[in-house]
Amino acid sequence: MSYKFDEKARYAKSHEWVRLEGDVAVIGVSDYAQHLLSDIVYVELPEVGDTLTKGESMGTVESVKAAEDAYAPINGEVIEVNTELENNPEWVNEDPYGKAWLLKVTPADLAELDEMMDVVTYEAFVKEEDEKGGH
Amino acid sequence: MNYIPNTDADREDLLKVVGVESIADLFADVPEKFRFPDLTLPPALTEMEVLAELQALADENDDVNHLSCFLGAGAYNHFVPKIVDFLIQRSEFYTAYTPYQPEISQGTLQAHYEYQSMIAALTGMEASNVSHYDGATAVAEAVIMALQVGRGKRTKVVLSSTLHPQYREVVHTYTQGMSITAVGEDAPLGDLRALGDLAGKDTACVIVQNPDFLGRLYSPAEMQALADRVHEAGAIFVVSVDPISLGLFTPPGEYGADVVCGEGQPMGNSLSFGGPYLGFFAMKLDDIRKSAGRIVGQTVDTDGERGFVLTLSTREQHIRRDKASSNICSNQALNALAAAIYLATMGKYGVRKIAELTYHKAHYAAKVVDEIEGYAVKSDGPFFKEFVVQCPLPVAEINSRLLDYGLIGGYDLGADYPELKDHMLVCVTEMNSRDDIEALADALAEIGSFQAEDLEGQDELDDVEEVA
Repeated sequence: MSYKFDEKARYAKSHEWVRLEGDVAVIGVSDYAQHLLSDIVYVELPEVGDTLTKGESMGTVESVKAAEDAYAPINGEVIEVNTELENNPEWVNEDPYGKAWLLKVTPADLAELDEMMDVVTYEAFVKEEDEKGGH
Repeated sequence: MNYIPNTDADREDLLKVVGVESIADLFADVPEKFRFPDLTLPPALTEMEVLAELQALADENDDVNHLSCFLGAGAYNHFVPKIVDFLIQRSEFYTAYTPYQPEISQGTLQAHYEYQSMIAALTGMEASNVSHYDGATAVAEAVIMALQVGRGKRTKVVLSSTLHPQYREVVHTYTQGMSITAVGEDAPLGDLRALGDLAGKDTACVIVQNPDFLGRLYSPAEMQALADRVHEAGAIFVVSVDPISLGLFTPPGEYGADVVCGEGQPMGNSLSFGGPYLGFFAMKLDDIRKSAGRIVGQTVDTDGERGFVLTLSTREQHIRRDKASSNICSNQALNALAAAIYLATMGKYGVRKIAELTYHKAHYAAKVVDEIEGYAVKSDGPFFKEFVVQCPLPVAEINSRLLDYGLIGGYDLGADYPELKDHMLVCVTEMNSRDDIEALADALAEIGSFQAEDLEGQDELDDVEEVA
């Protein structure tokens, strides 16, 4: 199975990605994550102004077969939420690194991004997970 | 006839495997004196004798088939057409299980879908789930939903003092340990403005009942004014409602309700000594994901044919068990089916007709009761089918005497509202004939006049009754 990756993004073990655009960190879930979940039917997100705590739930991605928490990959403050996903949850399946971004965040500490996996490491991690999972 | 399928030889084998000699050895840990207590049971009866004995016991019950009922307070004696019982007894509907597999459950799913559609139409809301346990739990689920929408930041719940006292109790039970504050229950009875004043930034929801527990009916304008206050505060406006009243009066969806819920028993379910009933729950689409229970949706199958599926059950056990905000994992499918058959049988016009009959009979009853010396109808505002009567005697005493006249009296309000000691909540439905109502008035007059004459002793009182 081959998955799409975004070279500019950093990745968390729980399959969220973070991409720095200027001072803003854009957060989403990876192509591998949406494959695992299958057809997404609902995305529940925090509100603008909420504080993200690294490792804690920042929302829920719900598919026809499961509802999984999305975990905050970094600390920060939410400055924008992709409200279009409310009516277009399938975008998460179609374009997980593009129009299905979940949040825009002001990062508390940019160094946290360096602690995350780069695309090469994440690709290897996904391959390993995939084999374990028997997909 | 032996109903136990295993043989002596089977039992021998089992005991051998376990490693004991006799079945009695299995109970060795139970202290001997408790092991075979003497039950002092009467001699065994035949099946025919048991049936006769139970029938005799059942015949001692005072029920609405033999007495005229003026008791309501949340459970209502409305007519149940025969077709309701006939259809719900079809074996295809005999399951309490969730129709998770649409390929084998189309009939049940369609019935649920139709129930939802009719509840949504009746309440003026965008969606309805397929029921809760009863009116009280439906209201409690509305509170839980509002707390979810408030995301832990809104922890205050405003409960009207004229929301059914037992519903309020269930709300308190459901929210135990959730660190919420419930206010409003000591606000002046029926003061919607006072409730509106309690709504603030920290408020998750405001809940009122219309008609309220004391029968008072609030106008759409009054309710809309409260709804506006609640929405200004960013809270959810929940209205608990008598579904039959909606045959005649504006549905809460038209005066700003975000959730409309209540007791569904009046729709085709008999009183049955308090249950099983069903709670209906209708809402706007905005917060549907935060609601409990399940919702059936209409879709098309691979051949493009109309079909039905469980569209929303994500807060339930199979997908989101650990994240569920409510523990509800069964509904009242058969009761909801009865409600659906009732509504379909009655139709829009029929429900209106029942509501009209009920309204006019209740108002006739209020008029004649108010004319009796010693009694006064205390409902000054508009009402639907229940009204408050101030009595010259304790309500319990009046009710016990009314039974002698073949009448079930109203609800004793003193226990829930100390300021309404000696006040009775009288309920009238289409089931009460003019004769019943006049019989009630006559009986109340007689009971009241004995009191007025201040008779010397109980014996004398009994004599008078016998003459009468």
